[in-house]
Amino acid sequence: MEKLEHELWIVQAVNAALGPVVRAMLHALGRPVPASGDVIPDFLVMSALIVVAWTILCLVLRRHLSVEQPGRVQILIEDGMRAIEGMMHEYIGHTAPRYLPIVVAMFVFTLTGNLMGLVPGLKSPTSSLNVTLGCALTVAVYYHVQGIRAQGIGSYLKHFVMPPGAPAFIAPLMLVIETISHISRVLSLSLRLFGNIFGEDLVVLILFSIVPFIVPLPVMFLGIITAVLQAYIFVLLTTIYLGGAVATDHEKHEHGDMVAGEV
Amino acid sequence: MAVTMMVVAVGLISPLHAQEAAAAAAGRVEIIRWSIITAGFALAIAAAFGALGQSRAIASAVEGIARNPSAAGEIRGNLILGLVLIESLVIYVLLISLILFFVSPFGK
Repeated sequence: MEKLEHELWIVQAVNAALGPVVRAMLHALGRPVPASGDVIPDFLVMSALIVVAWTILCLVLRRHLSVEQPGRVQILIEDGMRAIEGMMHEYIGHTAPRYLPIVVAMFVFTLTGNLMGLVPGLKSPTSSLNVTLGCALTVAVYYHVQGIRAQGIGSYLKHFVMPPGAPAFIAPLMLVIETISHISRVLSLSLRLFGNIFGEDLVVLILFSIVPFIVPLPVMFLGIITAVLQAYIFVLLTTIYLGGAVATDHEKHEHGDMVAGEV
Repeated sequence: MAVTMMVVAVGLISPLHAQEAAAAAAGRVEIIRWSIITAGFALAIAAAFGALGQSRAIASAVEGIARNPSAAGEIRGNLILGLVLIESLVIYVLLISLILFFVSPFGK
């Protein structure tokens, strides 16, 4: 599909500015250097753009934060944070605020990344498997680490081999099943986001190449819904995995089997 | 919603790709042709049964909400989770279809 897409000017600008440096660094590290074309891929440029844009936005916002007279933007962001925290509380329990930063960061990054594809001159970084796999691996490492921190390494690993109330001889089987299930979580998280956003962008692109007027608009509107929904779902599954990892036995009985059956 | 768009995507990609395939070498054409047909049918079947599964889930959820409107919030949360897990299966098939379309691993 390269022929249908034209070069993005921001990617060209970044490559003109930083390309030689990156080329020299790759050469010094002994990595293969692409002979021609962009040495910095566009998904990397777009991800960096999201990070820079949100950092600047938050730094500007921080100056205008106020307890007595909150502005509109502050109220909007507080409501959003409260909604995410409420969702987390449902699945994790009273320790939920501890994990709020990474979940909100994931939501902001995926939401912005998904919506970027609809803006002319930008491209969704989440329509590249590299980015979504990076997000999913981050989530996976994070929930394992937090699970070990919350329960201790012995108790956490025991969950892999022995579900509560199961006979002992089932342990080897459970180890295999649990390992596969945890690997497939990474796969499903990354492939779901990638497939949705890539498919969405592809549909818009193909419609544009056939009828470049009005017709792609409803599909782009559906793209907004998909983008928001997929960001929400990414965060929802992150929360569920986190909840499953950090819940102690006592809390699990309280919440029932809600966190048990998902892939 | 997304399933419908995927079906649209398949219908629209194929003429584009068919033109490219016609210019390719004669021996590869047959394989590429069959991978396109396979990809289309795979996605059609996946979309059909994914939609069937989702429709059953939605029907049950709506029924549950109608019987007990006070449980709507919890049912909605579980419904979205279930729909996502069903839909991701269709997305896997979409990815396989896209690989068959654009990469044509056996047509090289």
